[in-house]
Amino acid sequence: MSTLTQPTGTASTPAPEVRTYASYSRPYWQRVVLSREFAVIALLVAVFVYSQSQVDYFDGPQTLYYLFRDTASILLLALPMTAIIVTGEIDLSVASIVGLTSVAFGMLHVDAGMSVTLAAVLAVAIGAVCGAFNGFLVAYVGLPSIAVTIGTLALFRGIGAGLLGTESRTDFPDSWTDLAKERIVEGQPYPMILIPFAVLAVLFALMLHFSSFGRGIYEIGLNDEAAHFTGVDVARTKAVLFVLSGTVAGFVGIYTTLVTGVARAENSTGLELPVIAACLLGGVSIFGGKGALHGVIAGVLLIGVIQRAMLLESFTINIINITIGVLLVLSVMSTSLLALGRRAVAAGRGARDSRRPPSAPASGR
Amino acid sequence: MSDTAVRPSAASPVSRVLNDLLRSRELAVAVVLVLLVAVTTLNSSSFLFGSTGWRDLLLTPSMLVLLAVGQTCVLITRNVDLSVGSTLGLTAYLTGRLFIDTNLPIVVVVLAGILMGAVLGLVNGVLVAWGRVPALVITLGTMYIYRGAFLTWAGSDRINADDMPSTFRNLGTESVLGIPVLTIVAVVVLAVVGYYLRTAGGGRELYAIGSDPDAAALYGLKVRRRILFAFVLSGALAGLAGVVSAARFGTVSSSVGTGVEFEAVGAAVIGGVAIFGGSGTVWGAALGAFLLVTINRALPVLGISDFWQQAVVGALIVAAIILDRVLVRRQEKALVAARDTPAGSTSPGPPTATPVVAGASPSTSGTQEAVR
Repeated sequence: MSTLTQPTGTASTPAPEVRTYASYSRPYWQRVVLSREFAVIALLVAVFVYSQSQVDYFDGPQTLYYLFRDTASILLLALPMTAIIVTGEIDLSVASIVGLTSVAFGMLHVDAGMSVTLAAVLAVAIGAVCGAFNGFLVAYVGLPSIAVTIGTLALFRGIGAGLLGTESRTDFPDSWTDLAKERIVEGQPYPMILIPFAVLAVLFALMLHFSSFGRGIYEIGLNDEAAHFTGVDVARTKAVLFVLSGTVAGFVGIYTTLVTGVARAENSTGLELPVIAACLLGGVSIFGGKGALHGVIAGVLLIGVIQRAMLLESFTINIINITIGVLLVLSVMSTSLLALGRRAVAAGRGARDSRRPPSAPASGR
Repeated sequence: MSDTAVRPSAASPVSRVLNDLLRSRELAVAVVLVLLVAVTTLNSSSFLFGSTGWRDLLLTPSMLVLLAVGQTCVLITRNVDLSVGSTLGLTAYLTGRLFIDTNLPIVVVVLAGILMGAVLGLVNGVLVAWGRVPALVITLGTMYIYRGAFLTWAGSDRINADDMPSTFRNLGTESVLGIPVLTIVAVVVLAVVGYYLRTAGGGRELYAIGSDPDAAALYGLKVRRRILFAFVLSGALAGLAGVVSAARFGTVSSSVGTGVEFEAVGAAVIGGVAIFGGSGTVWGAALGAFLLVTINRALPVLGISDFWQQAVVGALIVAAIILDRVLVRRQEKALVAARDTPAGSTSPGPPTATPVVAGASPSTSGTQEAVR
């Protein structure tokens, strides 16, 4: 499977003159630094530094702590979402799986009297089953993922609402709810949730960027038929990614329940949109085949920092949402604008140059 | 049957229309809808015959029908408009605001609402058609932006019933010949758009674009202009839906229209509109909207806790997509079989071609239909 995949990424080969690959026509450092991901990281650093110096109380001890605690769900969900969008699919049902597993966790622990650990394991398993349902329909039945997950967005949330109605479950042991809110080192702004996030982030980065499975993910996004002919099991790859997405959503469901202390069906309603927005902001192409985890993580944090800073400057949440929306639109438009500019430059260089930059894939036209 | 697919003019127009109707998705959804209403009415006769039963049955879906019609036009071109819920909220608030701040006549206010929606749709359309960015992303962004603009503008304000003239609010409850006014509005819009999509050149071009955007461009269609038009229409109808919701509910709160974009897409998908463009009708989408809303109202009557509504709706959407796929597979098989039979036999299609029964007009037929 891996022998036929194209060598890309970290392999820095000595530079012969003629390059057929557009992405290999520049030296390694340029490819790393002059990328979408790096632009997002630079923007993140700039906004952070600006906020540190200009926004009152931003450098206080609580700011970063709450920033991490509140964006942890988005950070976690963005990991599998990145991989799914890279294959050219999308998962709109993640927030509903979070709601369903939150309900399941609460009912298993409070109503069925299970221990927190057992209830948590079962809830994560339920998340995985939800993901497998999506994955089966998308990968093996071959249905469009946007339609399937719009359906399961309603279905999973609806099952949660049907089970618990408008009730909620709040009887969780303090030791567990405290654990979810605890800091890794007392006095430092890093909440405990960053540990599982860091572990998962490393695992997903290894999977996406340093494994043949991951190369398959990119190939599927670029051209799934070609991927099939190079030996990538397209259906299985997609199914695995949806199961992973459901599993992570299950974990987020437990985290959300413990950190808020409430298990109810409406938990995390609408969270799928910021997750997808963060992925796209972080440089993942909605057409698939493009994107990297460090960009996405920077994208999530960028949204988080902007939110915190604007809250401290006492902007309302609405202005913040407008800002995020504008940022999202601008960031995806920038690709087209850059491509336009590059084409103009290439045209200026003369028609002899046959190596045209690849034109942006068109949606409507 | 496969013969009619290959040479559309072979059968007489009447039998063609009849044939299309009998195996249409629209009819299937309509049958389910009628069954649902019948079963619910058997359980509790007031669901249909009660003083408000009949009115609510027709009135409640009118808002979603408008949204679903607009959404269908966008979906047909292989795009999607997720910002309709925010557009609806913004125009509903604008409606209330105009009544409070100005003394404009009702007609002008309604037109202003539609115009506002159209402008918001225009922004979407320009960004999608000229930005070369998928509609999903653009409308996700504008959904945030419009919602944020609405909430910023409204603040903690809330439009109450007293703020709007009673003649306007009565529109929300009044009936003409037993049919609520708002339902008539929705049906008229449905008829006009449905007629346009079926017969007008511009409507057919929308299908052609959705079937294959590249082919449409090569064929010389003005792809960008058509997509722009679809988004403006979707925005304008969302604007009208906003006015309708203000009239219907008499109040405009900050949460109006949240999550309604998924319902609109769901209604269209249930009605047989393909999410990847090129096929489906507004009739189907409207029936899908009727079905969704009626299920919501029927479940409590049938003794199912209304907390399960959403789950039923979700299951229905998933089932509709799976059904579509099964039908497409069968039709593809039938078409392949028809192609592989010797060309000389003009006699009625081989038995393998017959399984195309009760079929929607899925992608394969949509492609041919579009080129006409």
